Amino acid sequence: MLNDTALSAAETRDLRAFAGMMIPPSAVYGVPGADDEAIFADIARNLGRDRDDVGAALKRLVALGGGAFADLPAGRRLEVADAFRGEGGPPLAAITRLILLCYYRDDRVMRSLGQEPRSPFPKGHTVEQGDWSLLDPVKQRKPFYRRIP
Amino acid sequence: MQDKVDVLIIGSGASGAAVAWSLAETKMRILCLEQGDWMKPTDYPSNGRDWEARLFSDFAISPNRRARETDYPINDANSPIKVVNFNGVGGSTIMYTAHYPRLHPSDFKVKTLDGVADDWPVDYDTLDPFFAKNDRMMGVSGLAGDPAYPPHQPPMPPLPLGKSGQRFGKAMNQLGWHWWPSDATIATTDYEGRARCINLGHCTPGCAQGAKASTDITYWPLALRAGVELRTRCRVREITTDEHGMASGVIYYDAEGREHFQPAEVVIVACNGVGTPRLLLNSVSGKFPNGLANSSGLVGKNLMFHPYAYSFGYVDEPLDGNHGPPLCLWSQEFYETDDSRDFARGYTFQFSRGYGAILEAITSTAAGRLPWGEDHHRVYRQLLNHRIGLSAIIEDLPEEHNRVTLDPVLKDSNGIPAPRIDYTIGQNSRRMIEHALPNARRILEAAGARNIGTEVPILNGGWHLLGTARMGDDPERSVVNGWGRCHDVKNLFIVDGSIWVTAGAVNPTSTIQALALYIADSIKQRLANLFD
Repeated sequence: MLNDTALSAAETRDLRAFAGMMIPPSAVYGVPGADDEAIFADIARNLGRDRDDVGAALKRLVALGGGAFADLPAGRRLEVADAFRGEGGPPLAAITRLILLCYYRDDRVMRSLGQEPRSPFPKGHTVEQGDWSLLDPVKQRKPFYRRIP
Repeated sequence: MQDKVDVLIIGSGASGAAVAWSLAETKMRILCLEQGDWMKPTDYPSNGRDWEARLFSDFAISPNRRARETDYPINDANSPIKVVNFNGVGGSTIMYTAHYPRLHPSDFKVKTLDGVADDWPVDYDTLDPFFAKNDRMMGVSGLAGDPAYPPHQPPMPPLPLGKSGQRFGKAMNQLGWHWWPSDATIATTDYEGRARCINLGHCTPGCAQGAKASTDITYWPLALRAGVELRTRCRVREITTDEHGMASGVIYYDAEGREHFQPAEVVIVACNGVGTPRLLLNSVSGKFPNGLANSSGLVGKNLMFHPYAYSFGYVDEPLDGNHGPPLCLWSQEFYETDDSRDFARGYTFQFSRGYGAILEAITSTAAGRLPWGEDHHRVYRQLLNHRIGLSAIIEDLPEEHNRVTLDPVLKDSNGIPAPRIDYTIGQNSRRMIEHALPNARRILEAAGARNIGTEVPILNGGWHLLGTARMGDDPERSVVNGWGRCHDVKNLFIVDGSIWVTAGAVNPTSTIQALALYIADSIKQRLANLFD
């Protein structure tokens, strides 16, 4: 186990750079990137049980890049990230999961996707009943479960 | 030492709750020990904005990931399918999909009909009244008239088809294949104090509305009112025996880690297909050196999951996404044995709605469908709410090398040896998967899906834990008899999925509970000579 504490300043800088590389802001869709101040604060707060794997991922990025990920030029960041993605493994899964689960609950992002930024309960959702006459051909079928002699 | 009870039930989940309620009318003193806590509806994820994130933390389906104080670890490294469960009042009914098919009549006679595995010592007709009673107790929604089943009448109307269900229905009609709205333990009308479903979405990790039936809100309130005692945060270490080889009680730890002995006249184990063999194997004594009730050597052996072969694709129109219960239809077109195929038995298709925003992003990233960088947003918008999927639930046959043993190193927080799983997917199951995948593709294509992908088997798909203390008439080939009593210990009963002889190809909870009610009824019928 690495430790239970928050990331170091250098790790935090690399994580933010990685998050922004993974999900950049988009003027077309009107959404912030994952390195947005509020979203990244959420990411940094929610390391939780993934702290060790995220730490390992950041270490690996530094090793692959030959230095701090945040200091790499944009093109080189993508190369390093692609190499890291190609390796797979729990650290990759942990760092991407952490970023995605904080990004896709941001109010601005949810609104841009046409989703209401709210909890499911108590309002719930509507699911249409649908056309039950679709079952008519199946209802006409004879029972076909196997009979026991 | 605690006062002696007449009946001690270990585990308060699907089967433990049903047995407790059924036996309550005897007025015996009944105690249930549960290692978890009562759940509060206000704690369920759908109450908060972080509902999806919590599927990866305190409401993860894997106990190893969830790692609550009330969970025990499981070494499943040597299995392509990982165990999922929940520990609390209600057990894994807290965290199930509420998909509620019954076994078929043929499932109880596989040796006779197909020459594989063994017949069960009970049959569908015997269980039929208990299925019906259990449907009323749990509150089942569904539609009568399914030609794949003997007649039965769910007490509530079915879940809505939604956009996803209609698309699948049309596709199945085009192919001429069977489909039907699923039986589900989700209230579609107000039912026995439960409010109707309001489509909160992924209801697997508990239902804040209380529409999904878990035994903490169905059987338990009635059992408690009838005088059953339920003691939470009590983790049983072992079942003890006396000089006559009869069960004398259990040793358990309370929430503070204090050890207690609870004596009992009768012990009933209801800890699921992993927890039950773990407990029996941990209950070693001079008379039972290989674990309790294990003279056959079969405790822990013949573990059956249902390998899940999941296929999915994306359609042009937005569908239901995560709105509504995740499962709504089944097909049993390929359920029964067909001699023209290269495998025995068959599989169910269960049809699912889509994913929420986070789950879609995470799974699509892991699969390489969702790019990083500039194109991320465009691609993501083609995925979210456009997914439809279906899973083939494969009937696993019992194989002794698939087993639960005690891990030599791993222990829970009370120092009790943890279970270890050794499991491989058998040849018959593999052939069935190979048969199912092209059929799933045909269905998806008929439904207009593109970018079709698969996950085979679903990694965290070990929901159904069966076969590890099987029923049978022959004490050398089974652990319990035809009504759940251990051959070796005549006041010890097992009522959970571990007593299954074969797995069928459906979610097992309905049949587990019907079987538990049947065993409870058998006990009541024999009270005067229960140990003969």
